[in-house]
Amino acid sequence: MDHSKPIVRLEDVHKRYQMGFVTVEALRGLSFEIHPGEYISIMGPSGCGKSTLLNLLGCLDRPSTGRYLLGEEDVSKMEDDDLSAIRGKRLGFVFQSYNLIQQLTVVENIEVPLYYQHWPEEQSRAVATEMAKRVGLGSRLDHKPFELSGGQQQRVAIARALASDPLVILADEATGNLDSSSGREILDLFDELNGQGKTFIMVTHDEDTARRASRAIRLRDGLLESDTRLR
Amino acid sequence: MRGESKSFETVRHDLKWSRLKRTVRLGLKSLWMHRLRSMLTALGIVFGVCSVIAMLAIGEGASHEAQEQIKSLGSQNIILTSVKPPDEQKVSNTGQSYVLDYGLKYSDIKAIQSTIPGVSVIVPGRIIREFVWNITQRVDCKIMGTVPWYPSMRNQRIARGRFFTEQEMTEKSNVCVLGAETAEKLFPLESPLGGSVRVGEAYYRVIGVMEAHANGPKTPEASVGGGNTSETLNRMFIPLATAKTRYGEVLRKRRTGSFEQERVALHEVTVKVAELGEVVNVSYAIEALLKRNHKKKDYEITVPLEQLKRAERTKQIFNIVLGSIAAISLLVGGIGIMNIMLASVTERTREIGIRRALGAKRRDIVTQFLVETVMLSGAGGIIGVALGMAIPFVVTYFAKMVTIVTFWSPVVAFSISGLVGVVFGIYPAMRAANMDPVEALRHE
Ligand SMILES: Nc1ncnc2c1ncn2[C@@H]1O[C@H](COP(=O)(O)OP(=O)(O)O)[C@@H](O)[C@H]1O
Ligand SMILES: [Mg+2]
Repeated sequence: MDHSKPIVRLEDVHKRYQMGFVTVEALRGLSFEIHPGEYISIMGPSGCGKSTLLNLLGCLDRPSTGRYLLGEEDVSKMEDDDLSAIRGKRLGFVFQSYNLIQQLTVVENIEVPLYYQHWPEEQSRAVATEMAKRVGLGSRLDHKPFELSGGQQQRVAIARALASDPLVILADEATGNLDSSSGREILDLFDELNGQGKTFIMVTHDEDTARRASRAIRLRDGLLESDTRLR
Repeated sequence: MRGESKSFETVRHDLKWSRLKRTVRLGLKSLWMHRLRSMLTALGIVFGVCSVIAMLAIGEGASHEAQEQIKSLGSQNIILTSVKPPDEQKVSNTGQSYVLDYGLKYSDIKAIQSTIPGVSVIVPGRIIREFVWNITQRVDCKIMGTVPWYPSMRNQRIARGRFFTEQEMTEKSNVCVLGAETAEKLFPLESPLGGSVRVGEAYYRVIGVMEAHANGPKTPEASVGGGNTSETLNRMFIPLATAKTRYGEVLRKRRTGSFEQERVALHEVTVKVAELGEVVNVSYAIEALLKRNHKKKDYEITVPLEQLKRAERTKQIFNIVLGSIAAISLLVGGIGIMNIMLASVTERTREIGIRRALGAKRRDIVTQFLVETVMLSGAGGIIGVALGMAIPFVVTYFAKMVTIVTFWSPVVAFSISGLVGVVFGIYPAMRAANMDPVEALRHE
């Protein structure tokens, strides 16, 4: 893997929200780079801009000013449809509340990003099955989300994030809703996948969780407070 | 080279097709998850479509029946009938020797034939009311003296046997053709053909039986009131010449204590006009002529063509009214669908956010919601069509009414239901698609 070329590059990114007459500046000029294979934790007090940053990194939102390069592409000025395509292809999401689609089975949930990339059905079914096996749910393919435990649901979400082989996997408090042992299993899975070369960006409150990452970014009031390499 | 690009196109086409199938399957899953709600939503469309088809079938049947009745009189015909002038009705009580003299005369026919051009055939008819006997069976019957070409001119058919011939007319034969009901009553068990009936002192040989109805309803009850049918059902037809010699010009009717005598030469005359476009004009000419020759209005002129036109106009108005009712019910169904879909969009905000995060474009979301609404209204449409086509049968069976499901009414009703799905699905779908993914994901 080419470690010299960053896959994420933020250049003086600002994000402002207009609330009536008041402008809230959630991010006030962030610049950093992320290289392939990194495992990053983002920490900071509530309201410091973590979620805002993750939404920008996840192409769910655009910076007010500044540039954001994902891979080779500048996504900061892209149209909505292009952002959708980028999200499906280049990014994987793991949410705190799993966010599975209730009417779909495990394997169908994993297939969703591939469906929006117009993959043929047999191919996407095969990949989804493989991903389910990879997170240890090979025997639960046809279960509905409500038939699974929280930890298992989060595994499905991880499999779904892996399905289209994204550049980065973004996790927002991925273990926040889990008991400590299921949470540990999820983090072990992250470690394992990171060991296989996957890049992770993870927002967390928990110091222990943050210590498992290879690099810790701390935010304060929309600015970078510290950026520490742990491994 | 060309072959390659063609196969590439086929692959693309297959992909699109399988994708549509997956979208439909996905829609079915979402609808199935809220099956009660989906069912109730579709119900609006079911009733809309069903009522459109049923109403049109009943309306079509009613107007068809009316038109058939009028047509059986012959659209090229003008029918003249003798009527007793209203102010003459009491006179009969004053003296026994008084003979009431009214109605159409043979001279009227001659005048019409000689002065009005384009009049091809005239069927004179005389109606005598008498009891007709077959040994002990008795029927109060209108005996009609007429000409051999009467059935062909009045669009009436012979069920069995034949009508009398020109020869029998000139020979003043004692032959008769019975109406279906008369035949049924007089000959309940045996075939009337070859039998004979008695009227007063005279015997008539039965040579034919009229058809009960041309293409009307299947049950006899349903035909009551039908022009063609009721007109011929309880009649007996004999040659006009026979009627003239046997019953003369004067008719005696027994009334309580006294005799009432009437002299009516012709009770009914059918004038056939060669050109359909001339029918109305000829009717005016005949009216003017009769007005000149008759002191009192002792005749009536019926123009089936005018009735037909009137019936058609009535049918048009009927259809507009039914159409509006149907449109309103479908509109209500559509608004119901929109209402539910909007609720569904709100409820599934989170799902929309997830899908958008996982790469769904706005139009993917629009397609998803639109497919769902179209499926809902389509399913409602199919059930509605099935019900709507079943209801006319039930109506025909129980209410003995003629109903006609035209080919286009289910097609139109079904396509409208699809259209309703699209029209009322678009707004909720657009609303779903235009949600901010970040907001949508945060939605509880
Ligand atoms: N959609 C929004 N509209 C207005 N203000 C917002 C919006 N999203 C976030 N903010 C504001 O931006 C700041 C950073 O919020 P957020 O990124 O959610 O912080 P964190 O996730 O670190 O708790 C907060 O002051 C918050 O109120
Ligand atoms: Mg947050």
